[in-house]
Amino acid sequence: MSIATTTARRTVERTEVATGKSKERSPGSIAFLVALWFSLFFGVMVLIVLIVDTAINGAPRFDTELITNYASRVSPETTGFRAGILGTIFLMGFTALFAVPLGIAAAVYLEEFADNEKWYNRVIEVNLQNLAAVPAIVYGLLAVATMALMGFSETGTVLGGSLALALLILPVVIITTREALRSVPREIRDGSLALGATTWQTTWRNTLPAAIPGIATGTILGLSRAIGEAAPLVVVGLAGSLRFDPEGLMSQITALPMQIYSLTSQSQEDFRVAASAAIIVLLVLVLGLNALAIIIRNKFQRSW
Amino acid sequence: MSATTTAGPSGGAGLPGAPDLRRRTRPAEAVIKVVLRTSALLSIAITVGIVLALIGPVIDFFGEVTFGEFFSTEGRFAVIPLVTATFMVTVIALLVAVPLGLGAAMYLSEYASRRARKFLKPTVELLAGVPSVVYGFFALTFVTPNLLQDILNLDVGFTNALAAGLVLGVMIIPTIASLAEDAMSAVPQAMRQGSFAMGANRMQTTLRVVFPAALSGIAAAIVLGLSRAVGETMIVALAAGAVKNMSLDPRDGMQTMTGFIAQTAGGENPVGSTAYNTLFAVGLLLFVLTLIINVISIALVRRFRQAY
Repeated sequence: MSIATTTARRTVERTEVATGKSKERSPGSIAFLVALWFSLFFGVMVLIVLIVDTAINGAPRFDTELITNYASRVSPETTGFRAGILGTIFLMGFTALFAVPLGIAAAVYLEEFADNEKWYNRVIEVNLQNLAAVPAIVYGLLAVATMALMGFSETGTVLGGSLALALLILPVVIITTREALRSVPREIRDGSLALGATTWQTTWRNTLPAAIPGIATGTILGLSRAIGEAAPLVVVGLAGSLRFDPEGLMSQITALPMQIYSLTSQSQEDFRVAASAAIIVLLVLVLGLNALAIIIRNKFQRSW
Repeated sequence: MSATTTAGPSGGAGLPGAPDLRRRTRPAEAVIKVVLRTSALLSIAITVGIVLALIGPVIDFFGEVTFGEFFSTEGRFAVIPLVTATFMVTVIALLVAVPLGLGAAMYLSEYASRRARKFLKPTVELLAGVPSVVYGFFALTFVTPNLLQDILNLDVGFTNALAAGLVLGVMIIPTIASLAEDAMSAVPQAMRQGSFAMGANRMQTTLRVVFPAALSGIAAAIVLGLSRAVGETMIVALAAGAVKNMSLDPRDGMQTMTGFIAQTAGGENPVGSTAYNTLFAVGLLLFVLTLIINVISIALVRRFRQAY
């Protein structure tokens, strides 16, 4: 069936191209197409300018001291981002630990168990769409209140930061996991159910394994968003710079975007240079994660 | 033979040897189901949590500061200048992002071949992956001094709404492009074929047939972009300014709602003080504003899904 549909669609597309061809060359049409090309590549051009400009500014500081040294006010020319990079890695780990199992569990319930006709499940649905669009900084306020409620008085800890980021990416993880589960065809589940498996057995042994590439892609994209985000961390009270490594859940930390943010208020040129170099490090991390997600999607995702 | 057809979970009444699988109790699975449902309900708990987390300090805040002082145009607790600044920056961002986002969406949906789309869409979406603090730094150190002051010769301040708005606009291009592309791709092929059959070319079909047909989805895309722009923090905190300013001149520096929250939270105010609680009052206002915008967007998406 699918082959027939594809062939039919292709024929249709080809005839379309043939139909309007003589009129496609009018000046208006060409100007329109040029405008579309411009809007498509405008963003990419900005991104290239951004990366090139930042790389040129940060070039003098592409050395190992940038990642091995702690931040220093006394010697701006050798200031480093060791605490920030380690902090970001810590935050990423704990954020994943909090958000990923919860997110997958919620998605599995909504996709495999919940009765979508029930009003409360529809409320969850709308609520999720809404949560995904709540400003990041509001999650910072929520994390502050939650920490206070649980009786933690210290601010700027690994726990506070990763709690804020986990809340931030939870809706993203749930929504992408649901999409991944939904793309697993009905027949896979039916086959398993017909052999006598329960809904949970089917989910655990068939549906979830089949959806892993999609889930991994969504989770990695969520995490890459989390590590670049500074707004909730500012609210949670993370320090702009520290001179020690993070040790555990309750230790004070800083993060790479936080360090960059705090450096912008410094007027010395050396700090600007260091911030530019740190931005390149952050971009490599974030865009690297994005690339990883795309590779996983293209390599492992099956089209059923 | 009848035994085999009736055997299984649903039958088996009175037939010997037919196992009734439904009867088998699986306590572990019941537990699993409860755990899963709890995780799903957590999303509701988060929303309630946000409201509760914000309301407590806000009540304290209004114990000390009157409504009049909060919703006034000047003074320490005035919120109106923050709202106008947010509005200003958001309008500039939308002026950039709406035409460019829709243009990109039209190309991806109506012009690009399937293979080109597979490559072009992630490229556009890459823009959304760049951390906002990076955009903010770019606005502050490149857009304002190099682009606005040197190349365009504008008399702008060190921080100004224009640079922040422009860069914010670039950041939300992918949000608008991606959703608008979905909406236009959902327009049935038959409508395009009808248009081509009437002798319209691709541009006419795109603008006069596909665009109007996808309008509610496109509106949803723009509204979601609006919500992103209102809630974005780091770009405006870095590049828009840290002083309350009622000015409607985009060349001036002005503090937005999110910029104010970042500024106040990063400052030295002790937790529980009135100055600190202002944070939650502004946060609640921001949450309510974006909530209204999001609900409109979700309703619009519903409508375009039902249309075809």
